[in-house]
Amino acid sequence: MDAAEFFQYVIAGLKSGSIYALVALGFTMVYGATGIINFAQGEFFMLGGVLAVWFHGLGLPLPVAGIAAVAATALIGIAFERVALRRQRSASPLVLVIITIGGSMVMKSLARHLFGPDELSLPEFTPGPSVDVAGVAVERQALWVWGLTIVAVLLLAWLYRRTKLGRAMRACSISHDAARLMGIDTARVAMVSFGIAAALGALAGFAVTPLTQTSWDAGAAIGVKGFAAAILGGLGNPVATVIGGLVLGLLESLSVAFVSSTYKDVISLVVLLVVLFVRPQGLFGTAQRGKV
Amino acid sequence: MGADLRIAGLHVGYGRIGVVTDVDLHVDPGEMVALIGSNGAGKSTLLKAVAGLLKPSAGTIALGERDITGMPPEKIVRQGLALVPEGRMLFGPLTVDENLAIGAHTRPARDEGVASDRARVQALFPVLAERHTQPAETLSGGEQQMLAVGRALMCRPQVLVLDEPSLGLAPRVIAAIFEVLDTLRAEGMSILLVEQDARLALKHADRGYVMRSGEIALEGPAHELANDEQVRHAYLGGRPETRE
Repeated sequence: MDAAEFFQYVIAGLKSGSIYALVALGFTMVYGATGIINFAQGEFFMLGGVLAVWFHGLGLPLPVAGIAAVAATALIGIAFERVALRRQRSASPLVLVIITIGGSMVMKSLARHLFGPDELSLPEFTPGPSVDVAGVAVERQALWVWGLTIVAVLLLAWLYRRTKLGRAMRACSISHDAARLMGIDTARVAMVSFGIAAALGALAGFAVTPLTQTSWDAGAAIGVKGFAAAILGGLGNPVATVIGGLVLGLLESLSVAFVSSTYKDVISLVVLLVVLFVRPQGLFGTAQRGKV
Repeated sequence: MGADLRIAGLHVGYGRIGVVTDVDLHVDPGEMVALIGSNGAGKSTLLKAVAGLLKPSAGTIALGERDITGMPPEKIVRQGLALVPEGRMLFGPLTVDENLAIGAHTRPARDEGVASDRARVQALFPVLAERHTQPAETLSGGEQQMLAVGRALMCRPQVLVLDEPSLGLAPRVIAAIFEVLDTLRAEGMSILLVEQDARLALKHADRGYVMRSGEIALEGPAHELANDEQVRHAYLGGRPETRE
């Protein structure tokens, strides 16, 4: 394999890796705020794509359809927290995790009922020939995926570092009781975290639909990969989570190059198991939490 | 300025086990009150109920004019009562300054008083200014306790409640912390202090309560308690204390 070919695989890996990173950030945020793993996170990805197709079909311009889909999914995330999870807050984490699995099934079935069983697609954001990056042809849509990922991660970093809400989120992820003693409304932090997590998942779903198409059942697979990426990053800080996503994307892509495409989807499961067995705190994690 | 804290007929328990039974206790405005007793007497449980981390099963807790019984902690701190919890519960990975900023969470983001309050906390504990960009978990135990007190002051409490502030600290550090508590009291803040170092607590406090098996066994002016035969015997080294 020559250098250009290798680079081609790296580009492909970073493309799917960005998507995994966005989905993984959703897992990390919700875990930080509530201590639960939200297995409906993949459905937020699905809703982002499917709703964007639907809004676009109503005649909305593509960017507006995308924003509407992300906003609608964020509201669905918030509603999910308030309706399904908040009242059960005192239940054990296991119960809450099972509620998220139930929520995922409901969202999936409704999506199939409302938007049909077929593959759905969107036009590329800026149609045109591939762009040459260091001798490798890169689809324009891949550049959009990267660009939107970078913007989302920077916004999130700004939120965490510079705003009162972000500080409250970090405080919650360290100690719920201490956060409450400081006057932080932890229920509100949980709700907002679900909203942002849903928006991140939806953004990924919207951005990647022109490349891969989407459908009502697109959430499960991406959910597993996002979860594996989040675990790889240690479920803790957002930077580690993003790196976890990119590493997972690269591993997958290089496994296609050096092993066989047959095993591409197995990689994330293998990564998940290896990390959980060998290094449960993730690549960069130092702390351990007792929950789940 | 300080408000008064009034606890009447308070019962608190974990599950069906009562840990605090029928406790009456009050702190007048600008008063420092010590609550002493051996390990397991229910002191920390009482404080957790006062701060809202535990729900009392009976009785009332009033802060000034307001009934705060059963309020969640995030509401109680807004009423003007701050707890410096046992074990400090700092946000370890966050910097000293970030910990102080979170202490001011109840106040509007643009409140200019927050900056001056931080300067005031740094004047009380100069080490917090020196180490302001350091993660809290890298501070020494004494510095962490100072940060915990400083963080609690950032919400401008009327009543400050401290759970074992001297635990595990060097005498020099303890002296520095109690000097600050004396200053705050002199400025009119009401302080409720749980201490297992009874001698230290009674030296600084105006009044004291002795808790035994979840009940108030004795109460009175601090100097009287310090001279009380029973108290001397049980808590001031009259005989070797057995730790539970």
